[in-house]
Formats: sequence, C-alpha cells, structure tokens
Amino acid sequence: MSDVVIRAEGLGKQYRIGERQAQYETIRDVLSNAASAVFRQSQNGNKPDETFWALKDVSFEVKRGEVLGVIGRNGAGKSTLLKVLTRITEPTEGYAEIRGRVGSLLEIGTGFHPELTGRDNIYLSGAIMGMKRAEIIRKFDDIIEFAGIERFIDTPVKRYSSGMYTRLAFAVAAHLEPEILLVDEVLAVGDAAFQRKCLGKMSEIAGEGRTVLFVSHNMAAISELCRECMVLESGAVLLIANTDEAILTYLSTDGEVAIDSSIMERQIDHDGSVDFTQALVLDSSGNATRNIHFGEPITIAISFRVNRPLNAVRIGFEIATVTGLAIASSHYPVEEPTYMNYEPGHYTLRAEVEHFLRAGRYVVRVGGHHANAARNGASIGRVMDAAIFDIIPISFESARLAQYENGLIAMFPRWQLLQKAGETLSTSRREQP
Amino acid sequence: MSSVAERVETDTSPSEETVLVRPTSGWVFVDFKELWRYRELFYFLAWRDIKVRYKQTVLGAAWAVLQPVITMIIFSIFFGRLAKIPSDGVPYPIFAYTALIPWTFFAFALTNSSNSLVGGASLITKVYFPRLAIPVSSVIAGLLDFGIAFIVLIGMMLFYGIYPTPAVIALPFFVLLTLVTVLGIGLWLSALNVEYRDIRYTVPFLTQVWMFATPIAYPSSMVPEQWRIVYGLNPMAGVVEGFRWALLGVADPSGPMLAVSTTVAVLMLVSGMFYFRRMERKFADII
Repeated sequence: MSDVVIRAEGLGKQYRIGERQAQYETIRDVLSNAASAVFRQSQNGNKPDETFWALKDVSFEVKRGEVLGVIGRNGAGKSTLLKVLTRITEPTEGYAEIRGRVGSLLEIGTGFHPELTGRDNIYLSGAIMGMKRAEIIRKFDDIIEFAGIERFIDTPVKRYSSGMYTRLAFAVAAHLEPEILLVDEVLAVGDAAFQRKCLGKMSEIAGEGRTVLFVSHNMAAISELCRECMVLESGAVLLIANTDEAILTYLSTDGEVAIDSSIMERQIDHDGSVDFTQALVLDSSGNATRNIHFGEPITIAISFRVNRPLNAVRIGFEIATVTGLAIASSHYPVEEPTYMNYEPGHYTLRAEVEHFLRAGRYVVRVGGHHANAARNGASIGRVMDAAIFDIIPISFESARLAQYENGLIAMFPRWQLLQKAGETLSTSRREQP
Repeated sequence: MSSVAERVETDTSPSEETVLVRPTSGWVFVDFKELWRYRELFYFLAWRDIKVRYKQTVLGAAWAVLQPVITMIIFSIFFGRLAKIPSDGVPYPIFAYTALIPWTFFAFALTNSSNSLVGGASLITKVYFPRLAIPVSSVIAGLLDFGIAFIVLIGMMLFYGIYPTPAVIALPFFVLLTLVTVLGIGLWLSALNVEYRDIRYTVPFLTQVWMFATPIAYPSSMVPEQWRIVYGLNPMAGVVEGFRWALLGVADPSGPMLAVSTTVAVLMLVSGMFYFRRMERKFADII
C-alpha cells in the first residue's frame, strides 16, 4: 500500500522570455533575426536569449491512495508542474516516474465542440481524455444524470447556458476512472451548489483510494480533500507538510502586502489640510497582510500627515465589498466629544476590529470630515480604495457557512429546536469561527 | 481498510503502466504501440470533423460532389471544348473527373491537416495524447467525401459505357499512394504551421500551383518523354495517371515515373513523421 506512484526528481522547466508572449514567429522574423545575428556577432551585444525557470529542482513523491494538494501564488509553477506531469509539455531537466493510468483535468470541457450535441460531446470529450468507447457507453447514463441535462442531450452545446455547459463538462471529467488524477482548479467554476457537488465527487474519488494531485486556490477545498500539501514558490518547492501547516506557510509567503505609498495620489474631496499616506491591514499578530483568517480580528492602521492645524475633525475608515457596497464604517474618536483637534505632524490611527465578515474580498476606504456645526460633514479628504484584504475560509466550517448561507455578514447563532411542550430537543453549540 | 486496499490492487493491476516523464532530444520515430492504444481517438476526431463539417449548411454532403463536378464542368468547357486538350481517347468530362476525385481529396486533406494543429491548440495545451492523431484524423475525415465523389464517378462510367479493365485491382494501391502523399506533406506543413504561421497563407497558393503541375486538365503524355521522370517527382502525377489507368484503362502509367512518385511519397511520409515527432515537444509551448 505504501508504494510510490509518482516520483519526481529534480524537475525543471525553462521558458524563453518572450516566447510565451510572442507565441509563434513568422519566417520573416527568422530571416531578419538571422540577418541581424550576423551583425550582432561583429559587435559586442551578442547577448543570449533571456530565460526563466517556471519550475526548478522540484522533487517529491506521492504514494498510492494519497491526495496531495499543491498550493502557491499565481506564477509559482503549479500549472507548469501539472503540464509536465501530464506530458503536455516536456521538462527541461529532471524526470518523473508515474505508475498507473493517469487522468488529467486541467480545464473542464476539454475537447468540447460547440456545434455538437451534448450526446456527441460526451463521447468526444471522453475519448480525448482517454476513456475507451465501451467505458463511455457504460457510464453514459450516469454522466447525463450527474449533469442533470437529460432534456437537452440532443441539443448542440452552443445553445446551452453556461451553467449547463459547465455541469456537463464536469460530469464527463468526473467519470474518468484513472488510478492517478491530476486536477487543476476546476472547482473555481459554477455556482456554490455545483461547487459542492464537484467537491463531493472529488472526495469520493479520493476516498476510493485513488491517487490525486490537486492544485487549487480554494483553501477550504484543499483542507477538506488533502492531508498533505506542497507549497510552491517561484517554481521551487518551499515545503511539503500536513495541510494546516502548508496553508499557514502559503498565507505567510504573501508577496503582495498592500503597502501602497501611492494612496496619496488617489485622494479625492481633498482640501489640502491632511494627506493620507498609508493604510494597512494587520493580522492579530500585528503583521501587515492581505489575508485574514475567517473570524480573526482585523487591525486597520491609517497613517496621515496634518499640514495645518485642524479643528473638530473625525478621521476613520469604511469597509466595503469589491462591488462598492459599504458594509460598516467607524471614525475616531467614538466617545464624546466625537471630534479631535490636530496640530501639524504625522499621526497613525489604529483600530482593532471584531467583525462578522464572511469569506471574500473587501476594500478599505479611509477619510475624514469636519464635525463642527458650520461645516458639518464636509470632507477633508478620502481614499476610496486605500487597501484590499481577503477573508480566508481556513476551516471547512467557515467555507460551508460561506456557501450555504446568504447575506453580507456571518452570524454565529445559538439555535434551539423546541417542541410544543416547551421541551428542548436539541441545542446547537454556538458555531465557532 | 484492507478491503479497500485489495480492491485497489485488483483495480490497478491490469494497467500497471509506468510512464517516464523526462526531457528527450534528437530524432525519434513514431511510437506505433502508443498510436494503437489511442486508435479510438483517431476515430472520434475524424468523426467529429465529419459531423461538424456540414452542420448548418443547406446542401450538406452534396458539397462533397459539387466541388469536383463543377470543376469538371468548367474544365470540360475551357480545356476540353475551347482549348481542345487531348484526353487519351476517353470523353473529356470523365477524363477530368477521374483525376479530380483524388485531387479534390488531396487538396482538401492537405488544407485541413496543415491547419489542424493550430486549430486544435486548446486540446494540445490541455491534455496529452499522441499529437499525430490530429493531422492524421483530419486526413481520414476527408475519405468520406472521397467515397461520395467516387459514387458519382461510377454513375458517369455507366453513362459513358466505360467499364474497368483488370487493372482496377491496382486502384487500392493508388488510393494508398494518395494517402501516403497527403499525410507526408500534411505532417510537414502542420508541424511547420505551429511555429511559422506563414504556412496558413502558403497552402491555398501551393495547392493551386500544384494542381497545374499535376495532369488533371491535361494528360501526362503531353509532357515530353525525357521529362516524365522529373515530372514523377510530383507524387500526385503518379496518383492521377494511376487512377485513369486503373479505372478507365487508358495510357499505361510509365513504370519509372510511378517508381519515382512512390519513392518521393514514402520519403515525404517518413521524413514528415520524424520532423513531426521532433517538433512535437515544443507544440504546447509555442502554439
């Protein structure tokens, strides 16, 4: 049972810079390059092609029946790794040994043709992904049922809604029965209910003792499906560890902390008396971050420079959704008198916020306004997109909450179910974030 | 737990295949064992091409007949009637049509196969299978039109009262020669097209020039004797003359010319396979 089915040894993949953008060349390019190469050689600027390593020295093993998650930032090499393992592209160095029938799922709907009917596309896509004809015939009814498109099976898929298309495409893929399954980010499609279904199917596959390599940005899915994870950074393996540790490492490798000095340039309604210089989101240990775990308090730090004496102003922040809907705001000070006088100088306001934000992406707006009677509410300056942060559903409970419940914020109710006699049948524990 | 383990063992044992993913270099030949394992894919891809081809057309499969028939009519008027080009003693229309059948297939399959990889880019970057399946199946898909056009020829032969001689048993060889020729060129052009998109613009022009270098509107007997062997360097010359000989019983193909045509076709195919396999590694990166 503990035999190794995937063994990668020093895998590396090198791309020529520009190759991906330029994609292909014309014969004229080749001729003109050849011509200019002659001249270049006579001069000194004979610089070699610039290259970069999308993968470098990646070694790991996956045992039979193991589900290994692969996480990392965009460009960390996750997709390249899958492309190398699935033999779509060759590695530049190193090797990988894979024992067993490999099925890959790099996108859903691979091989679908819009003009063909759902029925035809099941056969076509199945064959392209490596299913035998007899196998497709055997699973045909299951696939249709899973996709829930019985009525439209003889309609060209170009007339399908995008939801139907996605369901059919995933249904075909879900009925592949490889011993080793390599999956990339396919759960990022469809509505929440469909994502649940996909996730269920994935854990079913994993439960059957198949070996799965699962690439995703969805930490909830990763933590449900995988016991072990590999963290990639800049093409190299940063860590292979149990999932919780790997996720924490992944979140702490965040390269794009929102320290943004250009927020001064984005000020609006600005009277020159104050300049906002920085807005940071801090986690509970005080580090600037873009990722806050679900349920964890956020600290917002607003730095500003007062240019001339300011009387009776309130400075604070507002949290909004990325679509621009304001969720809540708060201004300092909150006790009477609800305004402050500032002498010229540099200041930082910090607010630790207990909140009920659901998993998702949020925008922090900062700003200030006058509080005195004469100019009440008049702005002294605002920045509408001072910082961005994500609430990450690190536990599976929080992800489920995010998917099953509606609304802008999360609640943690203590539910009771009562019968007529007033007897308490059951009491749920208060859901912990 | 042990029951799961057992089931997994029995499930996996039949296909205990090991794949080694590693950098390769140099020239490698086609892995026929792998092609055989993927044989159903060839069928499905060809089936897709056929199904999609005449979707949302009014005339549908009639197009397979219309193209060679209309060309035949035009040739008969301009080359047969007006230019009075000789036709080896058979009526000019059937003389031209017999040549147009393999030619139409050739031109069609060549155009499709040379654009096939670029058209299948979304497959190439998302899933592994032998890349040869794409150009090869696009050639296979052309065979259906070939068959339909052939039925019309049988009707024409009955109409003109021309019955095949025993030479007709050689016909499968000439069909095969057509396939070898178009596959050879198609593999070269499809692989080149991935890297150099010039090919896309070259192919229509190429087929046009090629048609005049092939004895379709005229008999190869118009070519001076001493040039026949050079003429045979165009494998389609051998194919077309072979079709006429096998079906209409006219003009024995000259042996040396046929030998040259066959050799060239086989060389094109073998070199095409090597070139394709060499370029294959880069397809997903540059397509």
